[in-house]
Amino acid sequence: MFKSSGGERVMEIVNNILLLLITVTMLFPFLYIFSVSFSSISDVLNSDFLLWPKDWVTDAYTYILGSDQFIRSLWVTVYVTVVGTFVNLVFTSTMAYSLTRNIIGQRLILFLVLFTLLFSAGMIPTYIIVKETGLLNSLWALIIPVAISPFNLIIMTQFFKGIPEELTEAAVIDGANDIQIFSKIILPLSKPALAAFGLFYAVGHWNSYFSGVLYLNDPAKWPIQVILRQIVIVNEPNAALGGHAAMVEALPPPETVQMAAILLATLPILIVYPFLQKHFAKGVMLGSVKG
Amino acid sequence: MPTKRKKNSLKKKLWRDRYLLLLILPGILYFLIYRYIPMAGILLAFKDYSPFRGFADSPWVGLKYFKLIFEDAEVIQVIWNTLQISLLQIFFAFPISIVLALMLNEIRNQVYKRFLQSIVYLPHFLSWVVVVGITVIFLRSEGLINSFLVNFLEVNPIPFLTDPSMFKPIVILQVIWKESGWGTILFLAALSGISPHLYEAAVIDGASRLRQMWHITLPALKSTIVILLILRLGNVMDSGFEQIFLMLNPFNMETGNVLDTYVYFKGIQQANFSFATAVGLFKGIIGLILVVLANRLAKKFGEDGLY
Repeated sequence: MFKSSGGERVMEIVNNILLLLITVTMLFPFLYIFSVSFSSISDVLNSDFLLWPKDWVTDAYTYILGSDQFIRSLWVTVYVTVVGTFVNLVFTSTMAYSLTRNIIGQRLILFLVLFTLLFSAGMIPTYIIVKETGLLNSLWALIIPVAISPFNLIIMTQFFKGIPEELTEAAVIDGANDIQIFSKIILPLSKPALAAFGLFYAVGHWNSYFSGVLYLNDPAKWPIQVILRQIVIVNEPNAALGGHAAMVEALPPPETVQMAAILLATLPILIVYPFLQKHFAKGVMLGSVKG
Repeated sequence: MPTKRKKNSLKKKLWRDRYLLLLILPGILYFLIYRYIPMAGILLAFKDYSPFRGFADSPWVGLKYFKLIFEDAEVIQVIWNTLQISLLQIFFAFPISIVLALMLNEIRNQVYKRFLQSIVYLPHFLSWVVVVGITVIFLRSEGLINSFLVNFLEVNPIPFLTDPSMFKPIVILQVIWKESGWGTILFLAALSGISPHLYEAAVIDGASRLRQMWHITLPALKSTIVILLILRLGNVMDSGFEQIFLMLNPFNMETGNVLDTYVYFKGIQQANFSFATAVGLFKGIIGLILVVLANRLAKKFGEDGLY
Protein backbone atom coordinates (compact mmCIF):
# COMPACT_ATOMS: atom_id res chain seq x y z
CA MET A 1 0.00 0.00 0.00
CA PHE A 2 0.89 3.66 -0.03
CA LYS A 3 3.21 4.98 2.59
CA SER A 4 1.46 7.52 4.75
CA SER A 5 2.95 10.98 4.98
CA GLY A 6 3.99 12.70 8.18
CA GLY A 7 0.87 14.83 8.31
CA GLU A 8 -1.30 11.77 8.20
CA ARG A 9 0.61 10.16 11.02
CA VAL A 10 -0.06 13.24 13.13
CA MET A 11 -3.71 13.17 12.20
CA GLU A 12 -3.96 9.52 13.13
CA ILE A 13 -2.33 10.07 16.49
CA VAL A 14 -4.52 13.08 17.30
CA ASN A 15 -7.58 11.10 16.30
CA ASN A 16 -6.62 8.22 18.57
CA ILE A 17 -5.90 10.47 21.51
CA LEU A 18 -9.23 12.28 21.11
CA LEU A 19 -11.17 9.03 20.89
CA LEU A 20 -9.39 7.76 23.96
CA LEU A 21 -10.37 10.92 25.84
CA ILE A 22 -13.98 10.49 24.74
CA THR A 23 -14.13 6.91 25.94
CA VAL A 24 -12.60 7.96 29.25
CA THR A 25 -15.35 10.57 29.76
CA MET A 26 -17.90 7.86 29.06
CA LEU A 27 -16.39 5.41 31.54
CA PHE A 28 -15.02 7.70 34.23
CA PRO A 29 -18.36 8.33 35.99
CA PHE A 30 -18.88 4.60 36.43
CA LEU A 31 -15.42 3.98 37.81
CA TYR A 32 -15.81 6.87 40.24
CA ILE A 33 -19.25 5.76 41.37
CA PHE A 34 -18.05 2.19 41.73
CA SER A 35 -15.09 3.24 43.87
CA VAL A 36 -17.04 5.54 46.15
CA SER A 37 -19.77 2.95 46.65
CA PHE A 38 -17.19 0.53 48.08
CA SER A 39 -15.29 3.08 50.15
CA SER A 40 -15.48 4.15 53.77
CA ILE A 41 -16.65 7.65 54.64
CA SER A 42 -13.20 8.74 55.78
CA ASP A 43 -11.70 7.76 52.44
CA VAL A 44 -14.49 9.60 50.63
CA LEU A 45 -13.93 12.74 52.70
CA ASN A 46 -10.14 12.65 52.61
CA SER A 47 -9.45 12.00 48.96
CA ASP A 48 -10.76 14.22 46.24
CA PHE A 49 -10.12 11.86 43.44
CA LEU A 50 -11.08 8.38 44.48
CA LEU A 51 -10.57 5.99 41.58
CA TRP A 52 -10.10 2.71 43.38
CA PRO A 53 -11.44 1.77 46.83
CA LYS A 54 -8.67 1.71 49.46
CA ASP A 55 -10.36 -0.66 51.83
CA TRP A 56 -13.42 -2.42 50.50
CA VAL A 57 -16.47 -1.51 52.56
CA THR A 58 -19.80 -3.07 51.62
CA ASP A 59 -22.01 -1.28 54.18
CA ALA A 60 -23.86 0.70 51.51
CA TYR A 61 -24.83 -2.46 49.65
CA THR A 62 -25.92 -4.31 52.78
CA TYR A 63 -28.00 -1.30 53.75
CA ILE A 64 -29.71 -1.01 50.36
CA LEU A 65 -30.28 -4.71 49.90
CA GLY A 66 -31.75 -4.81 53.41
CA SER A 67 -34.36 -2.27 52.40
CA ASP A 68 -37.76 -3.77 51.63
CA GLN A 69 -38.65 -0.77 49.52
CA PHE A 70 -35.60 -1.17 47.26
CA ILE A 71 -36.08 -4.90 46.79
CA ARG A 72 -39.80 -4.44 46.18
CA SER A 73 -39.23 -1.80 43.52
CA LEU A 74 -36.59 -3.97 41.87
CA TRP A 75 -39.16 -6.75 41.64
CA VAL A 76 -41.74 -4.35 40.25
CA THR A 77 -39.30 -3.34 37.54
CA VAL A 78 -38.31 -6.93 36.74
CA TYR A 79 -41.99 -7.87 36.52
CA VAL A 80 -42.92 -4.91 34.32
CA THR A 81 -39.90 -5.52 32.10
CA VAL A 82 -40.64 -9.22 31.55
CA VAL A 83 -44.42 -8.99 31.18
CA GLY A 84 -44.24 -5.68 29.34
CA THR A 85 -41.70 -6.88 26.79
CA PHE A 86 -43.76 -10.01 26.17
CA VAL A 87 -46.88 -7.91 25.57
CA ASN A 88 -44.87 -5.56 23.32
CA LEU A 89 -43.57 -8.40 21.17
CA VAL A 90 -46.92 -10.18 20.86
CA PHE A 91 -48.85 -7.02 20.01
CA THR A 92 -46.23 -5.64 17.67
CA SER A 93 -45.42 -8.83 15.76
CA THR A 94 -49.03 -9.96 15.22
CA MET A 95 -50.03 -6.55 13.95
CA ALA A 96 -46.90 -6.14 11.82
CA TYR A 97 -47.45 -9.53 10.22
CA SER A 98 -51.09 -8.87 9.39
CA LEU A 99 -50.10 -5.58 7.82
CA THR A 100 -47.69 -7.29 5.45
CA ARG A 101 -50.53 -9.39 4.06
CA ASN A 102 -53.21 -8.05 1.80
CA ILE A 103 -55.57 -7.63 4.74
CA ILE A 104 -58.79 -5.69 4.36
CA GLY A 105 -58.36 -2.03 5.27
CA GLN A 106 -54.58 -2.36 5.14
CA ARG A 107 -53.89 1.11 3.78
CA LEU A 108 -56.19 2.82 6.24
CA ILE A 109 -54.65 1.01 9.20
CA LEU A 110 -51.14 1.87 8.02
CA PHE A 111 -52.14 5.50 7.67
CA LEU A 112 -53.61 5.55 11.18
CA VAL A 113 -50.41 4.05 12.57
CA LEU A 114 -48.21 6.56 10.73
CA PHE A 115 -50.38 9.42 11.86
CA THR A 116 -49.64 8.63 15.51
CA LEU A 117 -45.97 9.22 14.72
CA LEU A 118 -46.83 12.75 13.67
CA PHE A 119 -49.48 13.72 16.18
CA SER A 120 -50.38 12.53 19.63
CA ALA A 121 -53.20 13.63 21.87
CA GLY A 122 -50.84 14.78 24.59
CA MET A 123 -50.33 13.93 28.21
CA ILE A 124 -53.66 15.00 29.73
CA PRO A 125 -56.10 13.15 27.41
CA THR A 126 -53.86 10.07 27.60
CA TYR A 127 -53.83 10.30 31.39
CA ILE A 128 -57.63 10.52 31.42
CA ILE A 129 -58.05 7.44 29.21
CA VAL A 130 -55.62 5.46 31.38
CA LYS A 131 -57.71 6.50 34.36
CA GLU A 132 -61.02 5.67 32.63
CA THR A 133 -59.81 2.22 31.59
CA GLY A 134 -59.09 1.51 35.25
CA LEU A 135 -55.32 1.20 34.97
CA LEU A 136 -54.51 3.96 37.44
CA ASN A 137 -52.41 2.65 40.31
CA SER A 138 -51.97 -0.71 38.58
CA LEU A 139 -48.74 -2.01 37.09
CA TRP A 140 -50.62 -2.54 33.83
CA ALA A 141 -50.52 1.25 33.47
CA LEU A 142 -46.81 0.85 32.74
CA ILE A 143 -47.45 -1.87 30.14
CA ILE A 144 -50.70 -1.44 28.21
CA PRO A 145 -50.45 2.26 27.24
CA VAL A 146 -47.07 1.58 25.61
CA ALA A 147 -47.96 -1.84 24.17
CA ILE A 148 -46.86 -0.91 20.65
CA SER A 149 -44.25 1.57 19.54
CA PRO A 150 -45.52 2.67 16.11
CA PHE A 151 -41.95 3.14 15.01
CA ASN A 152 -40.94 -0.43 15.89
CA LEU A 153 -44.14 -1.68 14.29
CA ILE A 154 -43.26 -0.08 10.96
CA ILE A 155 -39.71 -1.43 11.05
CA MET A 156 -40.95 -4.91 11.91
CA THR A 157 -43.35 -4.74 8.97
CA GLN A 158 -40.37 -4.00 6.74
CA PHE A 159 -38.55 -7.00 8.20
CA PHE A 160 -41.46 -9.39 7.62
CA LYS A 161 -41.73 -8.19 4.05
CA GLY A 162 -38.20 -9.40 3.50
CA ILE A 163 -39.15 -13.02 4.20
CA PRO A 164 -39.44 -14.89 0.86
CA GLU A 165 -43.07 -15.37 -0.13
CA GLU A 166 -42.43 -18.89 -1.48
CA LEU A 167 -42.25 -20.15 2.09
CA THR A 168 -45.74 -18.98 3.00
CA GLU A 169 -47.13 -20.08 -0.36
CA ALA A 170 -45.85 -23.58 0.22
CA ALA A 171 -47.50 -23.59 3.64
CA VAL A 172 -50.79 -22.43 2.16
CA ILE A 173 -50.72 -25.34 -0.27
CA ASP A 174 -50.15 -27.65 2.68
CA GLY A 175 -53.36 -26.24 4.17
CA ALA A 176 -51.93 -24.02 6.91
CA ASN A 177 -53.99 -21.04 8.03
CA ASP A 178 -52.54 -17.58 8.75
CA ILE A 179 -52.10 -18.16 12.47
CA GLN A 180 -50.16 -21.35 11.79
CA ILE A 181 -48.05 -19.65 9.13
CA PHE A 182 -47.29 -16.82 11.52
CA SER A 183 -46.38 -18.95 14.50
CA LYS A 184 -44.65 -21.84 12.72
CA ILE A 185 -42.87 -20.13 9.84
CA ILE A 186 -42.64 -16.37 10.29
CA LEU A 187 -41.80 -16.20 14.00
CA PRO A 188 -38.99 -18.80 13.93
CA LEU A 189 -37.45 -16.99 10.98
CA SER A 190 -37.66 -13.67 12.80
CA LYS A 191 -35.64 -14.54 15.89
CA PRO A 192 -32.96 -11.90 15.26
CA ALA A 193 -35.57 -9.17 14.77
CA LEU A 194 -37.53 -10.32 17.82
CA ALA A 195 -34.33 -10.30 19.88
CA ALA A 196 -33.45 -6.78 18.74
CA PHE A 197 -36.92 -5.36 19.37
CA GLY A 198 -37.30 -7.32 22.60
CA LEU A 199 -34.10 -5.78 23.91
CA PHE A 200 -35.12 -2.29 22.89
CA TYR A 201 -38.50 -2.67 24.55
CA ALA A 202 -36.95 -4.25 27.65
CA VAL A 203 -34.44 -1.42 28.07
CA GLY A 204 -37.32 1.02 27.69
CA HIS A 205 -39.28 -0.68 30.49
CA TRP A 206 -36.26 -0.95 32.74
CA ASN A 207 -35.43 2.72 32.34
CA SER A 208 -38.94 4.11 32.40
CA TYR A 209 -39.42 6.64 35.13
CA PHE A 210 -42.20 9.02 34.37
CA SER A 211 -45.14 6.66 33.88
CA GLY A 212 -44.49 5.46 37.42
CA VAL A 213 -44.78 9.02 38.71
CA LEU A 214 -47.81 9.75 36.58
CA TYR A 215 -49.90 6.64 37.09
CA LEU A 216 -48.88 5.05 40.40
CA ASN A 217 -49.70 6.61 43.78
CA ASP A 218 -48.83 3.65 45.94
CA PRO A 219 -45.10 3.69 46.86
CA ALA A 220 -45.19 -0.12 47.11
CA LYS A 221 -45.70 -0.21 43.32
CA TRP A 222 -43.04 2.28 42.35
CA PRO A 223 -40.48 1.03 39.85
CA ILE A 224 -36.80 1.25 40.63
CA GLN A 225 -36.19 4.47 38.71
CA VAL A 226 -38.66 6.37 40.91
CA ILE A 227 -36.92 5.15 44.05
CA LEU A 228 -33.54 5.91 42.51
CA ARG A 229 -34.60 9.50 41.94
CA GLN A 230 -35.59 9.84 45.60
CA ILE A 231 -32.26 8.42 46.68
CA VAL A 232 -29.91 10.32 44.37
CA ILE A 233 -31.56 13.43 42.93
CA VAL A 234 -33.90 14.41 45.75
CA ASN A 235 -31.07 13.41 48.09
CA GLU A 236 -33.18 11.52 50.62
CA PRO A 237 -31.57 8.08 50.63
CA ASN A 238 -32.75 7.04 54.07
CA ALA A 239 -36.31 8.23 53.64
CA ALA A 240 -36.61 6.52 50.25
CA LEU A 241 -35.22 3.26 51.57
CA GLY A 242 -37.63 3.28 54.47
CA GLY A 243 -34.77 4.05 56.92
CA HIS A 244 -35.09 0.60 58.48
CA ALA A 245 -34.92 1.08 62.22
CA ALA A 246 -32.68 -1.87 63.08
CA MET A 247 -29.71 -0.28 61.35
CA VAL A 248 -30.23 3.31 62.37
CA GLU A 249 -27.17 3.50 64.65
CA ALA A 250 -24.85 2.22 61.90
CA LEU A 251 -26.20 4.15 58.93
CA PRO A 252 -23.71 4.12 56.06
CA PRO A 253 -22.82 7.55 54.64
CA PRO A 254 -25.45 8.85 52.23
CA GLU A 255 -22.90 9.37 49.41
CA THR A 256 -21.91 5.73 49.25
CA VAL A 257 -25.57 4.66 49.47
CA GLN A 258 -26.40 6.88 46.50
CA MET A 259 -23.60 5.51 44.37
CA ALA A 260 -24.39 1.93 45.30
CA ALA A 261 -28.03 2.50 44.38
CA ILE A 262 -27.06 3.83 40.94
CA LEU A 263 -24.86 0.83 40.28
CA LEU A 264 -27.45 -1.70 41.48
CA ALA A 265 -30.17 -0.13 39.33
CA THR A 266 -27.89 -0.06 36.28
CA LEU A 267 -26.31 -3.47 36.77
CA PRO A 268 -28.85 -5.43 34.70
CA ILE A 269 -28.26 -3.10 31.73
CA LEU A 270 -24.50 -3.40 32.13
CA ILE A 271 -24.82 -7.19 32.27
CA VAL A 272 -27.05 -7.63 29.21
CA TYR A 273 -25.24 -4.90 27.29
CA PRO A 274 -22.59 -7.14 25.68
CA PHE A 275 -25.32 -9.50 24.46
CA LEU A 276 -27.55 -6.65 23.43
CA GLN A 277 -24.80 -4.98 21.48
CA LYS A 278 -24.59 -7.36 18.56
CA HIS A 279 -28.35 -7.17 18.08
CA PHE A 280 -29.14 -3.48 18.38
CA ALA A 281 -27.06 -2.18 15.51
CA LYS A 282 -28.84 -4.72 13.34
CA GLY A 283 -32.17 -3.57 14.75
CA VAL A 284 -31.50 0.05 13.88
CA MET A 285 -30.28 -0.91 10.43
CA LEU A 286 -33.47 -2.83 9.72
CA GLY A 287 -35.24 0.49 9.77
CA SER A 288 -32.81 2.51 7.76
CA VAL A 289 -32.29 0.14 4.87
CA LYS A 290 -35.38 0.61 2.76
CA GLY A 291 -36.47 -1.53 -0.16
CA MET B 1 -77.08 -5.48 -8.06
CA PRO B 2 -73.53 -4.09 -7.91
CA THR B 3 -73.96 -3.10 -4.25
CA LYS B 4 -75.06 -6.59 -3.38
CA ARG B 5 -72.05 -8.06 -5.09
CA LYS B 6 -69.84 -5.62 -3.23
CA LYS B 7 -71.37 -6.65 0.05
CA ASN B 8 -70.84 -10.26 -0.79
CA SER B 9 -67.25 -9.68 -1.67
CA LEU B 10 -66.72 -7.75 1.57
CA LYS B 11 -68.16 -10.66 3.51
CA LYS B 12 -66.00 -13.03 1.54
CA LYS B 13 -62.94 -10.94 2.20
CA LEU B 14 -63.68 -10.75 5.91
CA TRP B 15 -64.08 -14.53 5.98
CA ARG B 16 -60.93 -15.02 3.93
CA ASP B 17 -58.98 -12.77 6.31
CA ARG B 18 -60.55 -14.10 9.51
CA TYR B 19 -57.30 -15.40 11.01
CA LEU B 20 -55.35 -12.32 10.00
CA LEU B 21 -58.07 -10.15 11.52
CA LEU B 22 -57.77 -12.13 14.73
CA LEU B 23 -54.03 -11.52 14.74
CA ILE B 24 -54.37 -7.81 14.13
CA LEU B 25 -57.17 -7.32 16.66
CA PRO B 26 -55.02 -6.60 19.74
CA GLY B 27 -53.04 -4.03 17.80
CA ILE B 28 -56.13 -2.32 16.41
CA LEU B 29 -57.73 -2.16 19.85
CA TYR B 30 -54.54 -0.71 21.26
CA PHE B 31 -54.37 2.04 18.67
CA LEU B 32 -58.06 2.86 19.01
CA ILE B 33 -58.17 2.96 22.80
CA TYR B 34 -54.82 4.42 23.74
CA ARG B 35 -53.98 6.51 20.69
CA TYR B 36 -57.20 7.59 19.02
CA ILE B 37 -59.79 7.94 21.80
CA PRO B 38 -57.40 10.36 23.57
CA MET B 39 -57.42 12.40 20.37
CA ALA B 40 -61.15 12.90 20.95
CA GLY B 41 -60.16 13.93 24.46
CA ILE B 42 -58.48 17.03 23.09
CA LEU B 43 -61.99 18.50 22.98
CA LEU B 44 -61.36 19.15 26.66
CA ALA B 45 -59.34 22.13 25.52
CA PHE B 46 -62.58 23.72 24.30
CA LYS B 47 -64.52 22.96 27.47
CA ASP B 48 -64.43 24.01 31.10
CA TYR B 49 -63.67 20.52 32.28
CA SER B 50 -64.33 19.59 35.85
CA PRO B 51 -63.79 15.98 36.90
CA PHE B 52 -66.94 16.13 39.02
CA ARG B 53 -69.24 17.07 36.14
CA GLY B 54 -67.60 14.68 33.71
CA PHE B 55 -66.62 15.09 30.10
CA ALA B 56 -70.10 15.39 28.59
CA ASP B 57 -71.61 17.81 31.11
CA SER B 58 -68.76 20.29 31.24
CA PRO B 59 -69.73 23.49 29.40
CA TRP B 60 -68.19 24.52 26.07
CA VAL B 61 -66.02 27.60 26.24
CA GLY B 62 -64.69 27.88 22.69
CA LEU B 63 -61.21 29.26 22.33
CA LYS B 64 -61.00 30.70 25.83
CA TYR B 65 -58.02 28.59 26.84
CA PHE B 66 -56.14 29.21 23.60
CA LYS B 67 -56.48 32.94 24.18
CA LEU B 68 -55.15 32.41 27.69
CA ILE B 69 -52.04 30.78 26.23
CA PHE B 70 -51.02 33.96 24.48
CA GLU B 71 -51.96 36.26 27.35
CA ASP B 72 -49.86 34.31 29.82
CA ALA B 73 -46.27 35.54 30.09
CA GLU B 74 -45.30 32.25 31.69
CA VAL B 75 -46.44 30.24 28.67
CA ILE B 76 -44.55 32.51 26.30
CA GLN B 77 -41.43 31.99 28.43
CA VAL B 78 -42.04 28.22 28.39
CA ILE B 79 -42.40 28.14 24.59
CA TRP B 80 -39.22 30.19 24.30
CA ASN B 81 -37.35 27.79 26.63
CA THR B 82 -38.55 24.80 24.61
CA LEU B 83 -37.34 26.26 21.33
CA GLN B 84 -34.05 27.41 22.80
CA ILE B 85 -33.16 24.07 24.38
CA SER B 86 -34.20 22.18 21.29
CA LEU B 87 -32.28 24.39 18.86
CA LEU B 88 -29.19 24.41 21.07
CA GLN B 89 -29.31 20.63 21.05
CA ILE B 90 -29.48 20.52 17.28
CA PHE B 91 -26.72 23.11 16.96
CA PHE B 92 -24.26 21.45 19.34
CA ALA B 93 -25.16 17.78 19.75
CA PHE B 94 -25.93 16.98 16.11
CA PRO B 95 -22.56 17.99 14.57
CA ILE B 96 -20.72 16.15 17.33
CA SER B 97 -22.28 12.86 16.20
CA ILE B 98 -21.05 13.50 12.67
CA VAL B 99 -17.53 14.34 13.80
CA LEU B 100 -17.48 11.32 16.09
CA ALA B 101 -18.60 9.07 13.23
CA LEU B 102 -15.82 10.46 11.03
CA MET B 103 -13.28 9.88 13.79
CA LEU B 104 -14.44 6.32 14.36
CA ASN B 105 -14.38 5.72 10.63
CA GLU B 106 -10.68 6.55 10.52
CA ILE B 107 -9.89 3.64 12.83
CA ARG B 108 -8.62 0.84 10.62
CA ASN B 109 -8.38 -1.93 13.22
CA GLN B 110 -11.87 -3.46 13.22
CA VAL B 111 -11.66 -5.03 16.68
CA TYR B 112 -10.50 -1.78 18.26
CA LYS B 113 -13.14 0.14 16.34
CA ARG B 114 -15.91 -2.12 17.60
CA PHE B 115 -14.59 -1.78 21.14
CA LEU B 116 -14.69 2.01 20.90
CA GLN B 117 -18.16 1.89 19.42
CA SER B 118 -19.57 -0.23 22.22
CA ILE B 119 -18.25 2.28 24.76
CA VAL B 120 -19.66 5.36 23.04
CA TYR B 121 -23.04 3.64 22.58
CA LEU B 122 -23.28 2.66 26.25
CA PRO B 123 -24.65 5.91 27.75
CA HIS B 124 -27.65 5.72 25.40
CA PHE B 125 -28.87 2.69 27.34
CA LEU B 126 -28.83 4.38 30.74
CA SER B 127 -31.99 5.88 32.16
CA TRP B 128 -32.33 9.63 32.51
CA VAL B 129 -32.58 9.13 36.26
CA VAL B 130 -29.09 7.64 36.21
CA VAL B 131 -27.68 10.34 33.94
CA VAL B 132 -29.21 13.18 35.96
CA GLY B 133 -28.14 11.36 39.14
CA ILE B 134 -24.53 11.22 37.94
CA THR B 135 -24.75 14.92 37.06
CA VAL B 136 -26.02 15.77 40.52
CA ILE B 137 -23.30 13.71 42.19
CA PHE B 138 -20.57 15.43 40.19
CA LEU B 139 -21.93 18.97 40.29
CA ARG B 140 -23.42 19.41 43.74
CA SER B 141 -21.76 21.80 46.18
CA GLU B 142 -19.64 19.08 47.83
CA GLY B 143 -19.27 17.11 44.59
CA LEU B 144 -16.16 16.18 42.65
CA ILE B 145 -16.05 19.23 40.37
CA ASN B 146 -16.60 21.74 43.15
CA SER B 147 -14.10 20.14 45.50
CA PHE B 148 -11.62 20.27 42.61
CA LEU B 149 -12.39 23.96 42.06
CA VAL B 150 -12.03 24.76 45.75
CA ASN B 151 -9.02 22.62 46.66
CA PHE B 152 -6.90 22.80 43.52
CA LEU B 153 -7.84 26.01 41.78
CA GLU B 154 -8.76 27.74 45.05
CA VAL B 155 -11.80 29.48 43.59
CA ASN B 156 -15.31 29.69 44.99
CA PRO B 157 -17.60 26.72 44.40
CA ILE B 158 -20.13 27.17 41.58
CA PRO B 159 -23.79 26.42 42.35
CA PHE B 160 -24.24 24.46 39.10
CA LEU B 161 -27.58 22.92 40.00
CA THR B 162 -29.33 25.97 41.37
CA ASP B 163 -27.94 28.71 39.11
CA PRO B 164 -30.63 29.27 36.44
CA SER B 165 -28.07 30.33 33.82
CA MET B 166 -26.39 26.91 34.15
CA PHE B 167 -29.52 24.94 33.32
CA LYS B 168 -29.35 25.00 29.53
CA PRO B 169 -25.61 24.31 29.18
CA ILE B 170 -25.88 21.35 31.55
CA VAL B 171 -28.90 19.92 29.76
CA ILE B 172 -27.09 20.21 26.40
CA LEU B 173 -23.96 18.56 27.79
CA GLN B 174 -26.05 15.70 29.16
CA VAL B 175 -27.59 15.11 25.76
CA ILE B 176 -24.16 15.19 24.14
CA TRP B 177 -22.78 12.70 26.67
CA LYS B 178 -25.76 10.35 26.46
CA GLU B 179 -26.68 10.40 22.78
CA SER B 180 -23.84 11.53 20.53
CA GLY B 181 -22.29 8.06 20.39
CA TRP B 182 -25.61 6.48 19.53
CA GLY B 183 -26.16 9.22 16.97
CA THR B 184 -23.19 7.93 14.97
CA ILE B 185 -24.92 4.67 13.99
CA LEU B 186 -26.66 5.89 10.86
CA PHE B 187 -23.66 7.93 9.75
CA LEU B 188 -21.36 4.95 10.17
CA ALA B 189 -23.77 2.85 8.12
CA ALA B 190 -23.68 5.44 5.35
CA LEU B 191 -19.88 5.54 5.56
CA SER B 192 -19.56 1.77 5.28
CA GLY B 193 -21.44 1.99 1.98
CA ILE B 194 -18.76 4.08 0.30
CA SER B 195 -16.82 2.14 -2.28
CA PRO B 196 -13.12 1.80 -1.38
CA HIS B 197 -12.29 2.38 -5.05
CA LEU B 198 -13.13 6.05 -4.60
CA TYR B 199 -10.46 6.40 -1.95
CA GLU B 200 -7.92 4.42 -3.97
CA ALA B 201 -8.50 6.67 -6.97
CA ALA B 202 -8.16 9.73 -4.76
CA VAL B 203 -4.89 8.47 -3.32
CA ILE B 204 -3.53 7.96 -6.85
CA ASP B 205 -4.54 11.54 -7.63
CA GLY B 206 -2.51 12.58 -4.60
CA ALA B 207 -5.35 13.57 -2.28
CA SER B 208 -4.50 13.78 1.41
CA ARG B 209 -6.70 12.17 4.06
CA LEU B 210 -8.34 15.52 4.80
CA ARG B 211 -9.04 16.11 1.14
CA GLN B 212 -10.50 12.60 0.83
CA MET B 213 -12.76 13.38 3.75
CA TRP B 214 -13.87 16.65 2.16
CA HIS B 215 -14.45 15.33 -1.38
CA ILE B 216 -15.56 11.74 -0.79
CA THR B 217 -16.70 11.12 2.78
CA LEU B 218 -18.75 14.24 3.47
CA PRO B 219 -20.64 14.17 0.15
CA ALA B 220 -21.52 10.55 0.90
CA LEU B 221 -22.95 11.60 4.25
CA LYS B 222 -24.85 14.54 2.83
CA SER B 223 -28.19 12.84 2.35
CA THR B 224 -28.14 11.21 5.81
CA ILE B 225 -27.24 14.54 7.38
CA VAL B 226 -29.96 16.41 5.50
CA ILE B 227 -32.73 14.00 6.34
CA LEU B 228 -31.82 13.58 10.01
CA LEU B 229 -31.46 17.32 10.45
CA ILE B 230 -34.78 18.06 8.80
CA LEU B 231 -36.60 15.42 10.80
CA ARG B 232 -35.03 16.73 13.99
CA LEU B 233 -36.20 20.24 13.10
CA GLY B 234 -39.68 18.82 12.76
CA ASN B 235 -39.52 17.80 16.42
CA VAL B 236 -38.31 21.15 17.64
CA MET B 237 -41.23 21.42 20.07
CA ASP B 238 -39.93 18.37 21.96
CA SER B 239 -36.93 19.00 24.11
CA GLY B 240 -36.61 15.80 26.12
CA PHE B 241 -39.31 15.46 28.74
CA GLU B 242 -37.88 13.08 31.36
CA GLN B 243 -34.47 14.69 31.33
CA ILE B 244 -35.79 18.18 31.87
CA PHE B 245 -38.39 17.08 34.39
CA LEU B 246 -35.66 15.45 36.45
CA MET B 247 -33.36 18.47 36.17
CA LEU B 248 -35.97 21.03 37.24
CA ASN B 249 -35.98 22.45 40.75
CA PRO B 250 -37.53 25.59 42.26
CA PHE B 251 -34.41 27.59 41.43
CA ASN B 252 -34.20 26.93 37.69
CA MET B 253 -37.91 26.70 36.91
CA GLU B 254 -37.95 29.95 34.95
CA THR B 255 -35.21 29.08 32.47
CA GLY B 256 -35.83 25.33 32.43
CA ASN B 257 -39.57 24.78 32.27
CA VAL B 258 -40.58 23.50 28.80
CA LEU B 259 -43.98 22.82 27.22
CA ASP B 260 -44.18 19.16 28.28
CA THR B 261 -43.23 19.79 31.89
CA TYR B 262 -45.52 22.82 32.00
CA VAL B 263 -48.46 20.66 30.86
CA TYR B 264 -47.69 18.22 33.66
CA PHE B 265 -47.47 20.88 36.37
CA LYS B 266 -50.64 22.66 35.21
CA GLY B 267 -52.70 19.64 34.29
CA ILE B 268 -51.84 16.85 36.69
CA GLN B 269 -50.47 18.73 39.69
CA GLN B 270 -52.81 21.72 39.65
CA ALA B 271 -55.75 19.84 38.07
CA ASN B 272 -56.14 22.57 35.47
CA PHE B 273 -57.11 19.97 32.85
CA SER B 274 -58.61 22.15 30.14
CA PHE B 275 -55.82 24.71 30.07
CA ALA B 276 -53.14 22.00 30.10
CA THR B 277 -54.90 20.16 27.29
CA ALA B 278 -55.02 23.38 25.28
CA VAL B 279 -51.28 23.91 25.75
CA GLY B 280 -50.65 20.27 24.81
CA LEU B 281 -52.83 20.56 21.72
CA PHE B 282 -51.12 23.78 20.70
CA LYS B 283 -47.80 21.98 20.94
CA GLY B 284 -49.09 18.95 19.04
CA ILE B 285 -50.48 21.00 16.16
CA ILE B 286 -47.33 23.09 15.76
CA GLY B 287 -45.37 19.85 15.90
CA LEU B 288 -47.57 18.24 13.24
CA ILE B 289 -47.19 21.23 10.93
CA LEU B 290 -43.42 21.26 11.43
CA VAL B 291 -43.05 17.53 10.73
CA VAL B 292 -45.14 17.76 7.58
CA LEU B 293 -43.15 20.77 6.39
CA ALA B 294 -39.88 19.07 7.28
CA ASN B 295 -40.90 16.01 5.34
CA ARG B 296 -41.76 18.12 2.31
CA LEU B 297 -38.41 19.80 2.59
CA ALA B 298 -36.64 16.44 2.79
CA LYS B 299 -38.39 15.33 -0.39
CA LYS B 300 -37.38 18.55 -2.08
CA PHE B 301 -33.78 17.60 -1.38
CA GLY B 302 -34.50 14.36 -3.20
CA GLU B 303 -34.70 12.24 -0.05
CA ASP B 304 -37.21 9.57 0.93
CA GLY B 305 -38.71 11.46 3.81
CA LEU B 306 -40.45 9.94 6.79
CA TYR B 307 -43.49 8.75 4.87
